[in-house]
Amino acid sequence: MNPTRKRRLAIVISVVFAASVAVSLTVFALQRNMSYLFTPSQVQEGQATPYATFRLGGMVKAGSIQRAGDSLKVSFIVVDDGGAMPVEYTGILPDLFRDNQSVIATGRMADGRFIASEVLAKHDENYMPKELKDAMAKAHDKRHIDDTPSKDAPR
Amino acid sequence: MIPELGQFSLVLALLLALAQGVLPLVGAWRGNGALMAVARPAAAGQAIFVFAAMAILIHAFLAFDFSVAYVADNSNLALPWYYRVTAVWGAHEGSMLLWVFILNVWSLALAAFSRHLPPAFLSRVLAVLGLIGVGFLAFILFTSNPFLRELPRPADGGDLNPVLQDPGMTFHPPVLYMGYVGFSVAFAFSIAALLGGELEQAWVRWARPWTNVAWAFLTLGIVAGSWWAYAELGWGGWWFWDPVENASFMPWLVGVALIHAQAVTEKRGSLPAWTVLLSLFAFSLSLLGTFLVRSGVLTSVHAFASDPRRGLYILGFLVVVIGGSLLLYAIRAPKVATGKPFDALSRETGIMVANLLFTTAAAMVLLGTLFPLIGDAFNLGRVSVGPPYFGFLFVLLMAPAVLLLPYGPYLRWGRAEGRQLTVVSLRAGLAAVVCAIAAAWFADGRVRAVAGVAGAVWVAAGTLAYALKRWREMPSGRRYPAEMAGMLVAHLGVAIFLIGVMLSESLSVERDVRMAPGQTEAVGGYQFRFDGVRETDGPNWTADEGEVSVLRDGAFVTTMRPQKRTYSRGQVQSESAIDPGLFRDVYVALGEPMDARHPEGAWAVRLYHKPFVRWIWLGGLFMMAGGFLAAAERRFRTHKQARDLPATSATESVA
Repeated sequence: MNPTRKRRLAIVISVVFAASVAVSLTVFALQRNMSYLFTPSQVQEGQATPYATFRLGGMVKAGSIQRAGDSLKVSFIVVDDGGAMPVEYTGILPDLFRDNQSVIATGRMADGRFIASEVLAKHDENYMPKELKDAMAKAHDKRHIDDTPSKDAPR
Repeated sequence: MIPELGQFSLVLALLLALAQGVLPLVGAWRGNGALMAVARPAAAGQAIFVFAAMAILIHAFLAFDFSVAYVADNSNLALPWYYRVTAVWGAHEGSMLLWVFILNVWSLALAAFSRHLPPAFLSRVLAVLGLIGVGFLAFILFTSNPFLRELPRPADGGDLNPVLQDPGMTFHPPVLYMGYVGFSVAFAFSIAALLGGELEQAWVRWARPWTNVAWAFLTLGIVAGSWWAYAELGWGGWWFWDPVENASFMPWLVGVALIHAQAVTEKRGSLPAWTVLLSLFAFSLSLLGTFLVRSGVLTSVHAFASDPRRGLYILGFLVVVIGGSLLLYAIRAPKVATGKPFDALSRETGIMVANLLFTTAAAMVLLGTLFPLIGDAFNLGRVSVGPPYFGFLFVLLMAPAVLLLPYGPYLRWGRAEGRQLTVVSLRAGLAAVVCAIAAAWFADGRVRAVAGVAGAVWVAAGTLAYALKRWREMPSGRRYPAEMAGMLVAHLGVAIFLIGVMLSESLSVERDVRMAPGQTEAVGGYQFRFDGVRETDGPNWTADEGEVSVLRDGAFVTTMRPQKRTYSRGQVQSESAIDPGLFRDVYVALGEPMDARHPEGAWAVRLYHKPFVRWIWLGGLFMMAGGFLAAAERRFRTHKQARDLPATSATESVA
């Protein structure tokens, strides 16, 4: 090989190497940090079981917010059309957190409760996170489809 | 009547933009001087009418003209005048008008300061800006008219989103847009060069100051946004990897690559195609940023506008701009490698490596930001990518860039000498190691703090050593030309920024505590005494104002008054109290009363001690200053003919 070709080969090999390192690192980082959003009914159907941590989205059930007497621990229930999920959180809730607001909580399941590490409330009154809106619509559709066979079942 | 005049001005501006976009292009193609001469007056005319529309919208806000729907939605009688002015860009329609307004500021500046450019080239540049103006003016007129009337006229308006009622918001959007839109100038230069087949160094030298200024504005805009988020969003973070932050960060990263690539192309003639491609990317990402913020396709705290029709329009516009410019690039980009040859060890190689790192970082941010859309398209469910993804990959990609940075100025164009590099490695390395050991002592061996200090000292020592070398070796007056000074200041900014990020991230103490009046908590060497909450009010809000006395070793430091505001429409907004300092910030924010019926009782309170957090923004300001300084380089303003090759020698050259 002449020097020019040698140089080109070296460049090509290093570019391929760098690209494969970059791709594998990116895939690694993506896999570790992908975060799925589920509604309470989807969680109860077991869709969230494969994921250690995920995001739970829904509405805060009116009157369900309860504070501990001596710490920042707070518990509330997140609901969607067909499900409810008790959530526990320790810390300061966002400004917009209140009854009947849509929220997205990040966390994990423990003993049938969702232990949240972060709670986000929607940004203003007229705005529901699109992601959440879609997820709730999807959960709703699913329920609708699920309903149909159950009606047919007692034949 | 007056708002209709505003709309009428926009229509006239659209027509003039059409004239500015089409006639000079035809003129430059046919060599018709009369048609080319249309460009500058048309740009001036478009600017006059857009400025008039802007003035009319501001007037409508100041005069409480609630018959205009946009004014009624975003202001009310109680809103102070300064927030009524900023409410102009507080929502979608006004932001778009601001976009066009700033586009016209840039076109006007270009028309005024570029008389020395060859007429065909200048008319092509102005025509491209005119066409961008057509796209945005049509967007405003057809989908998001800020002058729409609302009848009957409401007695009072709604409110400006409370998070936007903050001093930081007054200048963050205009400055950010100065940066976003500024890349349209670099884009227009590239398109003009592709159209004219003038792919030689001259156009890059003309484009460089504009790109530097745009990038500096973008830097300032991002700094302002970050500072605003820190002060206003109430949880003391300065960066969230939120889609909208990413939207401004991607053009910034590509902009960093672009200003360095432009230097290579201008000085050595190498990488011209890459430079053109980067200018196309920088502007495309700016447009994408507008799309991401304004269409609401991604979940974000900023996405206050959701209208699919607008999203569709911008998507179409994006396809035309990106697709069209890439097509032109494919047809006209230089096929043969030009420029002076360079060795494997040379400044060209260094800049190329850094360029790859920065563009890869931008691609990585793009992938993470758009991942929810990708997940949706491939039916992966509702997925988004968390901040650790960005944090992990970004640090990984930027670490080599930081490592390479001190070598930049020492590397010679064409072929560098290894000996000098060894010397600088030893000196900067020694300084970094010594400071890291000292830092390990103070920071209790926290790895990130030590790494931050080592990295920052490495960069700062290398940069300062080069400044010293210039001082010794060059005759006075030629030591620091503006471009060189800009580079040194911006690189020092990187060091300051590194200190800020790594120290504040690793040494900050953040505690959320429950505090009853009279209770004292210790955080980060300070004692915080909660003295209770009282009611207070402002022009358009009432608030619970907490009083927290800060003491250090029993000595009184300051009293902090964080607020929990309730605005007239019932929105709740925390106003944090910050005691700023060069070496530490003390940050207090009110959470909620533990018992809503007894606000005089215990509250949830955030107590933060954040060492060196100001250095993050200080570093950003240094980078910005570097951008402006470099743009002031005298060489950029000398009016040489297009054929002249730059007469810089290898020793005098700068990055």
